[in-house]
Amino acid sequence: MSAVTNAEEMKTGSAWGGGKSPFSIEYGKLMMWFFLLSDAFTFSALLTAYGAIRFSNSNNWPDPDVVFQSAPFIPHGAPLVFVGIMTFILIMSSVTMVLAVEAGHRGSRKEVTKWMIWTIIGGIAFLSCQAYEWTHLYHEGYWWGRIPTEHNVNFSNLFFTITGFHGFHVTTGVVINIVILANVLKGTYERRGHYLMVEKVGLYWHFVDLVWVFVFTFFYLV
Amino acid sequence: MTAAEHTTTHDADHQSMTTGDIWKVFFILLGLTIIEFIIALAIPESFMPHSIKNILYIVLTLAKAFYIVAYFMHLKFEKLFLIYLIVVPLILVLGIIGSLLYEGDYWLPIR
Repeated sequence: MSAVTNAEEMKTGSAWGGGKSPFSIEYGKLMMWFFLLSDAFTFSALLTAYGAIRFSNSNNWPDPDVVFQSAPFIPHGAPLVFVGIMTFILIMSSVTMVLAVEAGHRGSRKEVTKWMIWTIIGGIAFLSCQAYEWTHLYHEGYWWGRIPTEHNVNFSNLFFTITGFHGFHVTTGVVINIVILANVLKGTYERRGHYLMVEKVGLYWHFVDLVWVFVFTFFYLV
Repeated sequence: MTAAEHTTTHDADHQSMTTGDIWKVFFILLGLTIIEFIIALAIPESFMPHSIKNILYIVLTLAKAFYIVAYFMHLKFEKLFLIYLIVVPLILVLGIIGSLLYEGDYWLPIR
């Protein structure tokens, strides 16, 4: 095959121009994986910076069980209860997302719609919890550059930066989920004959859940 | 997308998860999180020192990460080369963890 026809092939986009998809994966999905890999490095950098700064201030670091103990309807608070609920919500919304992908494989538009709606509800519920937690901590005197106790102020800085960056990912995830849901409702993917877009946004959504698993461990447990 | 490509993507999906598998992974994730809570809340520090708890947390976190990436993100069912393509670069993360913890150890007596 001459170079010219090769270029033509590329332009028409028949399976990456090579006739066969590398890695048996669709182009967009592979690019999503690459994006997530780069995002994983970003979060790793943030979390290891947190680790190093915490480690170097270990004699002057607040006890997470005390800082994060408030929860609605519990007057004196209980450690880990509220963040436990948040973790459960996010894992749950990850499950509904896989169920949407699974329904997409069967081409069931109705079920994809149902599970996408549940995923969006889960995402919004998580963000609401985070808004509650941030507001609460703000009123207690925690904010960027501020800490109500004698402890190292970097605790506040890192907490708000890292959970904020994660929350920003959740927010964009919810927005993208809504866009995908609109397309599902419009029948765009039914006409296309596959629900690959749901899988792609699903990868992103699980990644957000994955990051939360690490944030949960390093901020609230360790 | 051509019909041929459509078939290839669907071939990989054939070893996909059923609804039963999905819920099974969910209960594993839930179980691991509950174990973390038990370690954090029910086991006194006198019985298990904080450093050992931390190691257990990290092990359980990595186990959860494995289940999310392998099953929910479907990586376990992709081509082997793709798995390496995503997992091998993450070795670099060990480098940054190691070097920054070393740094933190150096900063500690300075402060």
